[in-house]
Amino acid sequence: MSLFALRSAAEGLALALLSLAGALLIFGVFVALGGYDPIVVWRILFVGAFGDAFSWQNSLQRAAPLMLTALTVALPAQAGLTVIGGEGALVLGGLACASLPYLVAPPAGWVGSLLLLTVAAVAGAFWVGLAGALRHYRGVNETISSLLLSYVAISVLKHLVEGPMRDPASLNKPSTLPLVESVRIGSLLDYDVHWGLAWGVALCLIAGLWLAFTTHGFATRIVGGNARAARLVGLPTRQLAITACLLGGGAAGLAGGIEVAAVHTAANASLIAGLGYAGILVSFVARHQPLAIIPVAILFGGFGAAGSMLQRRVGLNDASVQVLLGMAFVIILAAESLRGRWFATARAHA
Amino acid sequence: MTVDIVVPVLLAVLGGAVRVGTPFLFVSLGECLTEKSGRVNLGLEGVLVFSAMAGFGGAYLSGSAWMGVFAAGGCGALLGLLHGVACSFPRVNDIAMGIAIMMFGTGLAFYLGKPLIQPQAPQIPSIDLASLIGLSDTSAVQAALRMNALFPVGVAISLLMAWGFRHTRWGLMVRMVGDSSDAARALGTSVVGVRIVATTLGGFIAGLGGASLSLYYPGSWNEGLSSGQGLIAVALVIFARWNPLNCLWAALLFGGAGAIGPALQSVGISEGYYLFNALPYVLTLLILVLTCSPTRRIRGAPGELKVS
Repeated sequence: MSLFALRSAAEGLALALLSLAGALLIFGVFVALGGYDPIVVWRILFVGAFGDAFSWQNSLQRAAPLMLTALTVALPAQAGLTVIGGEGALVLGGLACASLPYLVAPPAGWVGSLLLLTVAAVAGAFWVGLAGALRHYRGVNETISSLLLSYVAISVLKHLVEGPMRDPASLNKPSTLPLVESVRIGSLLDYDVHWGLAWGVALCLIAGLWLAFTTHGFATRIVGGNARAARLVGLPTRQLAITACLLGGGAAGLAGGIEVAAVHTAANASLIAGLGYAGILVSFVARHQPLAIIPVAILFGGFGAAGSMLQRRVGLNDASVQVLLGMAFVIILAAESLRGRWFATARAHA
Repeated sequence: MTVDIVVPVLLAVLGGAVRVGTPFLFVSLGECLTEKSGRVNLGLEGVLVFSAMAGFGGAYLSGSAWMGVFAAGGCGALLGLLHGVACSFPRVNDIAMGIAIMMFGTGLAFYLGKPLIQPQAPQIPSIDLASLIGLSDTSAVQAALRMNALFPVGVAISLLMAWGFRHTRWGLMVRMVGDSSDAARALGTSVVGVRIVATTLGGFIAGLGGASLSLYYPGSWNEGLSSGQGLIAVALVIFARWNPLNCLWAALLFGGAGAIGPALQSVGISEGYYLFNALPYVLTLLILVLTCSPTRRIRGAPGELKVS
């Protein structure tokens, strides 16, 4: 790694940490205005996220889907597209995973699980790929179309779980038929964390390696960096961008499949939990770098875990973490304008 | 289907076009003003939710629906101001910042709005068109012609904006900043200043749409109040070719599409209720697919705009 790359990575890290600190500071003022003690709130945010083994497990459990939905934003972003429809791809993935047994009985054991997850990933890939294709063949803004597709996916889920695919036994919460025990995804070793975490970490690593070391990944980054230059050197910009969308959507679909196969055991409204939206934030904080997504997702998973503790301990309502995340998002984007200033003198001397 | 089903459904859709379309109208007018100055505000979704909460809270605390409307507009303007200022810093992406404002506004609304989920607030009065024009035979007709008092305000704003863009110095300035910031700079106009003002005013107008949601229809505050209306409005502006008068027709069209599901449900057809609810989104997508093109810019699009 060159000195310049090292410096710019250090600058990115410093900016991200400073923005987060700023967001926590403003959040402290915000809760203080509401009559809460900010010191206690900060402490609980830390303890609830990373205080002991239990909270670590909770944080990691929450981080797993975030890694995947963050990839949904990061991979298209590497090809220059701003996709924010991860929520829909996740919902559709979960739905596809739960629907497969209606058509064919999946084989028992890990083969069946893998089959279900593949179907989930394909469904998610199709949904985000559609937004990418609309962008490249029809010029439709992918940010808007991916979000509209999200709402369509959510409507389809609600229609199916409350209508044709409803399990008659699900009274309070309309759901599909639960997956049979043998294809569900269990815990990682003896911990209270399911295999989704391994999927998330592995896919982030693979995506990072793909972008850094393969020709295809490099070409994708060129398309994102300068689409005109990419066309001039003869790169198939359309295919590259749509492929990035397909891969990203696949990650969100997989996240939905894992949510169904490991957590909810059936598709229902619990899938619409905002994981897709949180993934947007994670990806932006990680500057769309797959390797950086892993720690950022763990951090934000931790905030999520601490959120429920904040509610139990000091009575801050569960939307408080959403406020914190929103503040962090605004500040991190605004801090982008500071980039390149701090090391300007150092660069001049080098 | 028989006449006694078709007529009530048609009436309900017609009435629903105004009722459901009013928030669309305000948000699309707000977005239209913002985009005319050359900037996109995807955060209007957050503005809509936040101002719906603020409007409901304002009306509940003050006991007057109109105080609520002002509170909603004011809070919308504040979020618009935040977006406008934040996007003025160098290298800040307005699309990404819009997403951030969307999350921030929604989170803040949910947080501050928790105590407001139960209570009732005074509602915006409705204008009874049926009795105004002496038509009051059936209750269905009356219900269809009962109109949100904010709707005429929205129509007035759209007329005012259409006239303002064309005939006033201010309108010309906004259009110039949106079409060519270089030209504006050469004439000594503050590009950043005009954009901040336009984004803030746009937030105010969109905030009125939030008040219409929480104080008229559905007329209460809950966390599922807005589901993408703010974003549909962004697409609506593209469909309306950045013309405030077209925004009015587009909002009514989308309101009508959104009212089909509830209208069918009211006559006992609940089959596919959720699918009918997806209609506005599908319609928006279809319109985008039909109007956009990969090779040329959309006619009427402000030159500085990145979304089209």
